[in-house]
Amino acid sequence: MSAVSLTQIVKRFGNFTAVYPMSLEISEGSFVTLLGPSGCGKTTTLRMIAGLLDPTEGEIAIKGKRVNDVPIHKRNLGLVFQNYALFPHKTVAENVAFGLNYRNTAKADVTRKVAEALDLVQLPDLGARYPKELSGGQQQRIALARAIVIEPDVLLLDEPLSALDANLREDMRVELKRIQQRIGVTTVFVTHDQTEALAMSDQIIVMSKGRVEQVGAPEDVYNSPATEFVAQFLGASNLLTAQCTDVSGGEMALELPGFPKIVIPRERAADGLGPGPVRLVIRAEKLHLKPLDAADDGRLSVEAIVENVDYQGQSARYFLRVGAHQLQAINMIEDHPFATGAKVSLRFRARDCAALPVESKP
Amino acid sequence: MGWRLIRTYTILVYLFMFLPIAVVVLLSFNANQFGSFPMTGVSTRWFEALWENEAIMRAFRTSILLGLMTAAISTVLGVLASLALVRYAIPGRNLITTLLIAPILVPEVVLAVALLLFLNFLNIGKSFTLLLAGHVIFTLPFVILVVQARLVSIRRDVEEAALSLGASPRQTFFAITLPLLMPAVAAGGLFAFTISFDDITGTLFWKPGGIETVPTQIFSMLRNSISPEINALGTVIIVLTVGLPLIGAAVARKLATKSGA
Repeated sequence: MSAVSLTQIVKRFGNFTAVYPMSLEISEGSFVTLLGPSGCGKTTTLRMIAGLLDPTEGEIAIKGKRVNDVPIHKRNLGLVFQNYALFPHKTVAENVAFGLNYRNTAKADVTRKVAEALDLVQLPDLGARYPKELSGGQQQRIALARAIVIEPDVLLLDEPLSALDANLREDMRVELKRIQQRIGVTTVFVTHDQTEALAMSDQIIVMSKGRVEQVGAPEDVYNSPATEFVAQFLGASNLLTAQCTDVSGGEMALELPGFPKIVIPRERAADGLGPGPVRLVIRAEKLHLKPLDAADDGRLSVEAIVENVDYQGQSARYFLRVGAHQLQAINMIEDHPFATGAKVSLRFRARDCAALPVESKP
Repeated sequence: MGWRLIRTYTILVYLFMFLPIAVVVLLSFNANQFGSFPMTGVSTRWFEALWENEAIMRAFRTSILLGLMTAAISTVLGVLASLALVRYAIPGRNLITTLLIAPILVPEVVLAVALLLFLNFLNIGKSFTLLLAGHVIFTLPFVILVVQARLVSIRRDVEEAALSLGASPRQTFFAITLPLLMPAVAAGGLFAFTISFDDITGTLFWKPGGIETVPTQIFSMLRNSISPEINALGTVIIVLTVGLPLIGAAVARKLATKSGA
């Protein structure tokens, strides 16, 4: 039985469709991320699960029970917001205890559970403080403690890390994942940050313009993007239009002007692709720059000109030209980065390439 | 040179505005029975006379009762109206807001006459209830303006967090929204009380025969003679209408800092 199950849910605001028919099964104890740019419908979906929005069509079930007509305060959910949403007029302990007070919990149990929750988020001594006396990171930990102390069926996180500083965000990311694994609560996480999604999730749902683009484990979504959108949204990808000349024996041959013939394994190509134009996808970090005179290493090689270098410390992002094509490559820097204007040998493996159908631009 | 001129001028303007008030307060402690300078000694006899003046004390009680009831009704209605206007997408929201705020914009005399004519038309006579209704109409906009401003600044997700934790919408209102709204509710109530307490225009039109509020009582006393009692009464009113809001503002500020918003 799924912890959360969405069946063909749709959300429309007047003439605008925020979420197109969407079905999703979230299994018990898993960490699922709704990933996409702002306006992709991820928060709308989360709010429908929470009961803060009613779906226009479709059915939402939590633990096998239809909840469409169950108001939010009877759904037993933990909700964490981007801006913490702590009650400013209550102390930290009162904030954490809030949900327990509506659950007929005995006084002694309330005190014990609040202490346990504060321990879990590693802020055991702050119970008597007011939220405004805490830092952003501390406030978000308290918000998390407040959400999990009620032992929710599902924990819903709406961009909980977005308001934090970059360094703190990484700490909190690790912390959040640790706590989630410790208590094993089913978690739905909404973010626009691909790093967070890749690092934390068991499953990622990539959304764009109200539609689901791809559902899969972080590695699958990253390595085998199902659509151009996914390829471009997660990491830096190069997208080139190539000609498929032959499909045979589990391989697909692609031709690209200025490049050697690229033969990719059939499973790296989208289903149903045949001869004709296709979109070739290769990740920026899968393109390696070598000096022109470097020995052949069994990889495909093509001569390229460095047009621009974006120095990033341990790595560099190169903007390259191969014939009429412009490409991006991200490489670790060993000694010195290649200079602008340098001619280099660009190496890559055919199996790092993927083929997608050519999308008709709307 | 220019600045000195401006400073002198400013001081003169303030003196012009506040000296009469100071004179009233000063003369209320005058021992002389003619309410004028020179003062012949300091005494509280006029305050005592005030305390023993049955008509004034009755007016005083009426004003306090009227003020408290106006404040209570205006605050409850104002909070409810603000909630509806800010938190719910009701049709014609702007129109309703304008209508509710309108009594501030319409000259009080016009409002007073209009309400009176309307009730005449309905064949309803003057009564204390009518007087109270008039004061509520007149003070409600102030409450709504103050409460709405505060409500807008209370983040919706704080209420949503309470809902998600199992509090019903009503419990959320009493546990979260109302406490956070309290400084504005207190300020609104205080506004309503002071406005009601020193209102004279509307009150003259609406009050039934035999009922006097403090301002109408002073008004009728002035028609007979200028008694130093009036100075004493003026002092009491100044303390009430200036002192109360100041204390109220201080309390509201304290509440606001404590709640951290």
